[in-house]
Amino acid sequence: MKSESANEIAAEAQITVRNLTLAYGSFVLMRDLNFTVKRGDVFIIMGGSGCGKSTLLRNMIGLIEPTEGEIFYDQANFTRADAEARRSFFRRFGVLYQSGGLWSSLTLAENVALPLEEYTDLSPVEIREIAFFKLALVGLNGFEDYYPSQISGGMQKRLGLARAIALDPEVLFFDEPSAGLDPISSRRLDDLILALRDSMGATVVAVTHELPSIFAIGNNSIFLDAESQTAIASGDPKELLAHSRNAKVREFLTRGEGRPDE
Amino acid sequence: MEAQTHSDDAAGVSLTTLDDATLVVQLSGAWRLQKSAAAVTPVLNALERSHVRTVRFDAKALSSWDSSVLMFLTKVTERCRQQDIVTEREGLPDGIRRLLELAEIVPEQEGAKPTTDRQSFLAQVGTTSTGFYISLSEMVRFLGEVTLAFVKLVRMRARYRTADLFLIIQECGPQALPIVTLISFLVGVIMAFVGAVQLRQFGAQLYVADLVGIAVVRDMGAMMTGIIMAGRTGAAFAAKLGTMKVTQEIDALITLGFSPLEFLVLPRMIALCLMMPLLCLYSDLMGILGGAAVGLWMLDLSWTTYYHQTVNAISLTAMFGGVFKSVTYGVLIALSGCLRGIQCGGSAAAVGEAATSAVVTSIVFIVAACGALSVIFYIIGV
Repeated sequence: MKSESANEIAAEAQITVRNLTLAYGSFVLMRDLNFTVKRGDVFIIMGGSGCGKSTLLRNMIGLIEPTEGEIFYDQANFTRADAEARRSFFRRFGVLYQSGGLWSSLTLAENVALPLEEYTDLSPVEIREIAFFKLALVGLNGFEDYYPSQISGGMQKRLGLARAIALDPEVLFFDEPSAGLDPISSRRLDDLILALRDSMGATVVAVTHELPSIFAIGNNSIFLDAESQTAIASGDPKELLAHSRNAKVREFLTRGEGRPDE
Repeated sequence: MEAQTHSDDAAGVSLTTLDDATLVVQLSGAWRLQKSAAAVTPVLNALERSHVRTVRFDAKALSSWDSSVLMFLTKVTERCRQQDIVTEREGLPDGIRRLLELAEIVPEQEGAKPTTDRQSFLAQVGTTSTGFYISLSEMVRFLGEVTLAFVKLVRMRARYRTADLFLIIQECGPQALPIVTLISFLVGVIMAFVGAVQLRQFGAQLYVADLVGIAVVRDMGAMMTGIIMAGRTGAAFAAKLGTMKVTQEIDALITLGFSPLEFLVLPRMIALCLMMPLLCLYSDLMGILGGAAVGLWMLDLSWTTYYHQTVNAISLTAMFGGVFKSVTYGVLIALSGCLRGIQCGGSAAAVGEAATSAVVTSIVFIVAACGALSVIFYIIGV
């Protein structure tokens, strides 16, 4: 993959990851990851189970401190930022967690309203209106006063999305957005993600191994390989499918049909 | 007709009447969610007053935008719909148009709103009473199931993991020693101190040993251990089983043919029944030591005097009574903890409620059992 000259960060890059090493104690998952995500990209983090996709995402949103290396957002160093500066980064993030991460003691509207209460000076009435609007965007109007446990799994995903977009974030992170959804709900979620990306101009970083989603939404990607502990491919997933010479990448993107010995 | 003017970077709205029937709403500047949005009221008022048939949006001067613009447009559109006014969105950026369409695409679910009827006082009393009755019958049912599990245990047919049992024994036995030591010793000290102040007035300070010894061995030791274990272990049982319920671990056990009663409840009950008497005896000892500490340093009694006075005061029957009570408390704590855990709902809040309710139930039961057993012991003359 293409790596940048050491001290220069491309201006159009929204996210720059430099020399990142992912490890749990002495167990190293990935070494020397270098990649950039451009503004407006839908960037997919691919790879087999257990190769460190979610760990990479958790590093990027600051839930885990990187063992080595740095992450930049708009040329500002996120990894070395202090707690106060971190908050201004968090203000620009929207995260959809793998298992929802919905606050079970809050109603749907309150779930969406909480980030707004924390980060804006709007009045409670205005916040409630915005929360209702965001819920309508994901098709959950009428369910505002329900609790997350009272709605279906697909609706919970959409609620997670509504909460992620509550603050009009610049970067949206998705951890397995369509896991556990039927193909149609999964497709609708992909459409929704794309529509929101297009209209809000946000950058999307998604961890997923759902092939249909990868091809439907991704225009840039990185392929992590557990064996060699590094990224073995990057670029548009559709291009990778058409042109990649790497056997592992082909095998992954064709569900094992592209294996050279078959 | 210029209604308002604004500088370039601040969010602004200006209204122009094109002809009599068309109102042009011009949006300008940077719209940011951070501050309160530009007032929508003037626009709504203008719609109210005039005979506009069409509202046209114009966003040429809009430099940047986020949800605040969407909120503004939604409100205006809503009002227009009520007054049968046509809205023209051609002047808006694509992104805004798409988001507005997205928000309108799914109609509000009919009948989806939860019914929030305010109940009358009588209805509330009724609901609470039937709720109490139902919870009572659930409790009895649970008791029955546990008894059946015990019958299986006696016939050596109960299935649970011995490793689990030992782990639970360790958690609710040895690991509880520090807190039992602290509380029991201090309760002994407090009782002796209160007694000493009174008894010293007529020179009977020696009887502090009797007072502390009898109180601790008969009741306080078991009671203290019971309440400590209700807060420490009963709550832990409820939280653990509640979380297992939330994460569907209990469902997985059931579909594999394990009875949660045997697999989860039995080992906890056995562990508490084994550990409570030991903890109770230990707590008795600590309480007496606490009393002795006061006797030695405040009342200047000697070790031997205090020891003999205590040994004369307490009987083996009294000690047996205390130990019997502690076993009863152990059963009650395990029952309440496991019952509340198994009844737990499917959310984080429900786990918290289960733990709270487990402690409250255990303590109520412990106090009730203490009273009942004391009366029974009195009648049969123990």
